[in-house]
Amino acid sequence: MQRNRIRLAALIGAVTGAILLPLRALAASWNEKAFDETRFPDALKSIGALDLVESEQIELKTPEIAENGAIVPIQVSSNIPATEKVFVFAEKNPQPLVATFTFRQGVQPFFATRIKMGESARVHVVVLAGGTHYTVSRDVKVTIGGCGE
Amino acid sequence: MADPMRMRITRKGDVADVKMLIFHPMETGYRKNTVTGEIVPKHFIKTLQAMHNGATVLEVEWSRSVSRNPFLHFRVNGAQAGDKITIAWQDNFEQTGGGEAVMK
Repeated sequence: MQRNRIRLAALIGAVTGAILLPLRALAASWNEKAFDETRFPDALKSIGALDLVESEQIELKTPEIAENGAIVPIQVSSNIPATEKVFVFAEKNPQPLVATFTFRQGVQPFFATRIKMGESARVHVVVLAGGTHYTVSRDVKVTIGGCGE
Repeated sequence: MADPMRMRITRKGDVADVKMLIFHPMETGYRKNTVTGEIVPKHFIKTLQAMHNGATVLEVEWSRSVSRNPFLHFRVNGAQAGDKITIAWQDNFEQTGGGEAVMK
């Protein structure tokens, strides 16, 4: 019985250690304040984007009409040199900040994903490059809202 | 989960297109269970890291507004046959997942 307990403790220790290690490695930053903001201008402030420069160097692809707000495809490609981060906002979502992408050496400032939109709204993309925030935006009409999904 | 994610890599020269589908509910916390009428708790992936041969190339922060079973597509430079792409994510329940694929 005693021996079994020790074995069990050792096993639990080993398993916990194995789980905790990758967890610690994964404890990447998540901007809680920015993600919790309920107004688009506040969310912009929370990411430090006080001044925005309109830029045609950012390619933003979204559908003009999204039939299903639960699945709105979005593709972003930045041609701005030294692009560090890209932020995606759906202006009228309960929390407008949708996603943040941080590009390290060895990856192109490009991504595609699918987002939820509660209603028709403007989708804003903000690019952080060399300390300046650049932006581009597009309207997306949503036929059936997807925030209850 | 038996099949937590799918990843496909297509390499053209030294640029690799990495596309993946992660199986995750991405619950907003606004949806009601249609049977019980209770709110389904929010459950979503918060952070995701992509590594190329062990070096982090992309870090993602996601909100509840990313679609269920998230799709992600990104492009890696300096890609060669045999290179490894590793994905690791963490959600708001401290659950983790990920996957690995090798380029052709």
